[in-house]
Amino acid sequence: MPKRLRRSMLFVPGNNPALIIDAPVFAPDSIILDLEDAVAVDQKDAARELVVSALKTLDFGPSEICVRINARHTPFFAEDVRALTPARPHALRLAMVESAEDIACLDELLTKCEAEAALTPGTIKIMAAIETAQGVLNAREIALASPRLVAMSFGAEDFTNSIQSERTSHGHELLLARAAVVLAARAAGIDPIDTVYSQVDDDAGFRADVHAAKQMGFAGKSCVHPRQIAVVHDVFSPTAEEVMKAERVLAAFADALQQGSGVIAVDGKMVDGPIVAKAQRIVSLAKASESSLEGRVR
Amino acid sequence: MIANKVGRLVPSFVENLGEFEPFAGVFATPPTGRRYAPPLCKPAAGGKKLLSSLRQAILASGLQSGMTISFHHHFRNGDLLVNMVVDEIAALGLRDITLAPSSLQSIHQALIPHIRSGVITAITTSGLRGELAEVLTRESLLKSPVLIRSHGGRARAIESGELKIDVAFLGASAADIYGNMNGIHGPAACGSLGYAMVDAQYADCVVGVTDNIVPYPALPISIPQTQVDFVVQVDKVGDPKGIMTGATRLTRDPLELYIAAQATRVIEASGYFCEGFSFQAGTGGASLAVAKFLKEKMAATGLRGGFSTGGSTGYICEMLKEGYFSAILDTQCFDLAAVESLRTNPRHVEMSASYYANPHAKACTAHITDIMMLAATEIDTAFNVNVLTGSDGIMMGASGGHSDTAAGTKLRLVTAPLIRGRFPIVVDSVHTVITPGECIDVLVTERGIAVNPTQPTLRERLHEAGIATVSIEELQWRAEKLTGKPEPLAQGDELVALVEYRDGTLIDVVRRVL
Repeated sequence: MPKRLRRSMLFVPGNNPALIIDAPVFAPDSIILDLEDAVAVDQKDAARELVVSALKTLDFGPSEICVRINARHTPFFAEDVRALTPARPHALRLAMVESAEDIACLDELLTKCEAEAALTPGTIKIMAAIETAQGVLNAREIALASPRLVAMSFGAEDFTNSIQSERTSHGHELLLARAAVVLAARAAGIDPIDTVYSQVDDDAGFRADVHAAKQMGFAGKSCVHPRQIAVVHDVFSPTAEEVMKAERVLAAFADALQQGSGVIAVDGKMVDGPIVAKAQRIVSLAKASESSLEGRVR
Repeated sequence: MIANKVGRLVPSFVENLGEFEPFAGVFATPPTGRRYAPPLCKPAAGGKKLLSSLRQAILASGLQSGMTISFHHHFRNGDLLVNMVVDEIAALGLRDITLAPSSLQSIHQALIPHIRSGVITAITTSGLRGELAEVLTRESLLKSPVLIRSHGGRARAIESGELKIDVAFLGASAADIYGNMNGIHGPAACGSLGYAMVDAQYADCVVGVTDNIVPYPALPISIPQTQVDFVVQVDKVGDPKGIMTGATRLTRDPLELYIAAQATRVIEASGYFCEGFSFQAGTGGASLAVAKFLKEKMAATGLRGGFSTGGSTGYICEMLKEGYFSAILDTQCFDLAAVESLRTNPRHVEMSASYYANPHAKACTAHITDIMMLAATEIDTAFNVNVLTGSDGIMMGASGGHSDTAAGTKLRLVTAPLIRGRFPIVVDSVHTVITPGECIDVLVTERGIAVNPTQPTLRERLHEAGIATVSIEELQWRAEKLTGKPEPLAQGDELVALVEYRDGTLIDVVRRVL
């Protein structure tokens, strides 16, 4: 089975039935039903019920289904986890994670709730949202805090607030934090996911931002609008040219192995271990992208 | 009642309307007879036609109780003329009038008291909306059912004399005192007067109504002095706010954009998107976005279109200006940018409803267009389309050019969200058939694409291009999985409307909703 792609993660307000029903149409790699920022404090209970009901009744197709739950220090956290576990989302994205302890606490509660719901321990995965200076500094420990962790996302809006700065178009204020999240996640073998780009109308700006995220090492990007998904998939999927080149490298490598030859060259260039590994990564990403196209929502 | 080709029970005779043939297939019923001709007349001395009020014009026209009056709908929901004229007719004590506009809008709810009091006792129109439509679907207020005609069908009925217009009241945003008129100058500019042209040619008496008398001759001449009996100047003939529709902006709705992107893929793969292709976009929803996406493809490939037809919007006019299309043949302008284009671009021309869509004209553009974007309020598993009645059975739309263009265009593509409100768009059987399924090639929704089984070549072409298709029954199942199956509507036996197919046969009826 190809690796699960997390190029695009579409936020959908947890209190909007029409948007929840339509989300799979756009075939994002992940759908994040949001119980945190999108939902007013006095509507948390209703939204939670709606999301639980959606998880139990709707077919989301091949998309991964996550729920962004309220931060550990809020009065909604425990009830979010208790109510959602029996509905079996693929993962919970915990908002405002600042320490490994936040994740350990969620892991422990999930284990308990899974047992109560007769689910295999570890069924529900965790994604950690790093959105504060404290979270960035503890990113490495956070990324290693639970075997349930599959991804670590960065949230720029709260982060700039926590460092008493503001978001700019050049994004210099985010550089170190984004890099820290990528490093921590990659070192732990989980997916780093970049922050949202809120200016929905700025197509060129968004595309540049997605390119930058890919270049920094992110595996994907959180999206606030369905129209952003195609751009993300376009940027994060290898081009036909890249795939062809990678296939040539792998073929030459296989050939060399068979013939016991130590030195390989493709297109006149020496091919060594990291280049073979990169080619393998590109081909596997291409295969996963292709299968995500085949499995598009109906 | 007899069953027609699409399995609907239709009457063969209706009191006050006469005999009808059942719909027998798209081109199955050939025309007979000759064109109707209005009487010859002796023009007033010195060609003086200008009258000071609508009342004077009504009196001068010789309008009597029991006669038929007509209007165009180019002012759309900004139309002030229909209500003004009917108010005057009522004040003059006339009764039993047949109202035969090319279409009616929600602003015409002001007619309801005149219907209740017997001033208007029959209506034939392409569509009707709002409270007027609701009242006429829920109550039996007229002496005969509303007769729904397509734009081409109306032109045909007027030319054949089936719809005999005694007096046509035709609003114009500019006119001279001898009756030359257009819709492109003046405060109530609405652009093309295409629907009015047929009335002007065949009505026994033509009254031009304007709020903008210009020096002779009123150029360009959309309706000529040779067809106009009287000219009346009023304070205001139309409200610009209502004339310009809001439906002509490019959509930002992600679902509609997604449907448009899928429809664009279908068009590309269909084999009809080639040098010189002709196109009708329609307005609103996904269809304008399709035009945008096609433009991007054309920009990338250098491919250029031939003519664009039907109504016009600023976006299509911009494409004409930039050379993506070679001409626009226009029955109605949907926004001011389109009016401006008609005024300034010599390759943007008006055409009459007959030129556009009359099935019995010696040629109509609806029969020679390559790609047509169609809408649907419902579509059934036999691909029959409804654009007249809503999910509650109430009339809320118009037949328009739907069945006309579907009959003759090469690629007939319906785009619609699979679920609208809480209702599935694909149903077992549409409430009202406007366009028969034999004229629909493909349905594009956000949750799948279904090709009519009668079009295996198209399906193959889509598959070759990597576009997955499913059966329309599968789409229905996908919708009903989310919405459930709607309960059947409670309706009576009484007929509140007859739906005439473009050739004059009956394709369906609308029953009173209880």
